[in-house]
Amino acid sequence: MVPNSQVSRLDRVLLAGAVITGLTAMFLGVYMDAYLHEGISIGGAGTALIAATLGMASSVLFLLMGDGFRKVPLGLIAVAAVCLISGSYFGLFVAPPEHFMGDVQRIMYVHVPTAWNGLLALTFAFVAAVVFLFTNDFKWDARMEAAVEVGILLAFLLCCQGAIWAKPTWGVWWDWDPRLTTTAVLLFAFAGILALRRFVDDPVKRAVWSSVATIISYVDVPIVYFSVRWWNSLHQVQSSPSTVSSQFYLPLRLNAFGVLFLMTGFMMLRARVAALRLAAEVAPPPEELAGELA
Amino acid sequence: MITALRKEFLLQWRTRAQAVAVFVFGATALLLFSFAIGPNSAALRQHAAGFLWLGLLLSSTLTLSETFHAEMENHALEGLLLLPVSPRALYYGKAVANAIQLIALGIALVPVMVVLYDAGTTRLPTLLLIIVLGSAGISAPGTLYSAMTSQARAKQTLLPLLLFPLIVPVLLASVKSTSLVILGDPMSQATSWLLLLLAFNGIYWSLCGLLFDRVVED
Repeated sequence: MVPNSQVSRLDRVLLAGAVITGLTAMFLGVYMDAYLHEGISIGGAGTALIAATLGMASSVLFLLMGDGFRKVPLGLIAVAAVCLISGSYFGLFVAPPEHFMGDVQRIMYVHVPTAWNGLLALTFAFVAAVVFLFTNDFKWDARMEAAVEVGILLAFLLCCQGAIWAKPTWGVWWDWDPRLTTTAVLLFAFAGILALRRFVDDPVKRAVWSSVATIISYVDVPIVYFSVRWWNSLHQVQSSPSTVSSQFYLPLRLNAFGVLFLMTGFMMLRARVAALRLAAEVAPPPEELAGELA
Repeated sequence: MITALRKEFLLQWRTRAQAVAVFVFGATALLLFSFAIGPNSAALRQHAAGFLWLGLLLSSTLTLSETFHAEMENHALEGLLLLPVSPRALYYGKAVANAIQLIALGIALVPVMVVLYDAGTTRLPTLLLIIVLGSAGISAPGTLYSAMTSQARAKQTLLPLLLFPLIVPVLLASVKSTSLVILGDPMSQATSWLLLLLAFNGIYWSLCGLLFDRVVED
């Protein structure tokens, strides 16, 4: 472990940025909320408070760890664990059961954060693919691989949670709901991209082709969503979550941040693995082996 | 681009046995679908549109995976790329050739569907339009993906793995509008499905053309 004094300048800038962003978010949230509701409630201000606290907590953790960026993912995962444990506590024991669905509705506290973050991960993959095609920087290739893999994991979890929720609510494991169906299509499309990466040996071609495939598949998502929605329009009306009560906010948002941090930590770790693998792949054979071959 | 298209047609004409084989494959698939349902003519007629498009989709993987076959032999692709034309022209030539091949296949499969499933219709121009748009929608991303998978290992598995999830909207819209044509369309919904197909084609014919340069470079 490197002592704390070796924290680089970049780390300090990042830390200051995190603290400033957190504080700004908190004040903005409190101000907005007071303005909108004429009094401070848990809704917007609560979220901002959580964001600020987590931002500062992770920055402090980051500082304590020293050792530059290498420990960031672990710090993120630790913060995520705190968020998820407290969010699950509030979701399972503090928040009241929902009026119509009862305790089944509590799966929303993991389901909705998974959905948001899954889409976020795949959006990041799309951005990484576009950046790679413009810059040819293999850092972005590694990030794309990581984001696709974590996104697939979240999409798979999303399908499972959706099925678990659907069975007691709709009476079936699977319903051709646009969101559920789109997630399934997404899962298969991006799993195909991972397969493509396994079957192409040339690193340059692998990176370019999987970027192209990621862009093409990502563009497909809204089209799939709307076509399935249209196809199913006589059958299923979209529920609108605009009337979520403030008691449900806290666990939902705690978990959302928890999954976000967990996902970011996983993605950073996975991107590092991808970069190291690529380096090992293009590295010349070790000396003793080269001697044997010659 | 026209030259690239002519080259494709010449090649296809020289290997016309392949086209016949693909047609026979598609017709066999249609025959097999009816065994999966059983000899219930009402149900068969109900699902005729779905079977037609699944048959076409399965056959399309055969034609699409052959797209770059000739170019892979003797490094002919590199020769083509050295010519003073844009790779984009090459892509559009191939994609149009693929689309036309699929359209011909679709038209050839329609009588088979009518005979096997008793799914006749008098709105032939609309059906033709659906087949044209659906085939074009399959071949635009299909040609791009076949350019990748023809150079990869396990090409026979990879192409459908990548292509099938992508063209879910095409399949949905084509099946829906075809069955509206066959079973009657009291609320004239077919138009909106055709618009969806048109939008998909617009997006993917432009996007894939843009990205093709990067796929075949170096």
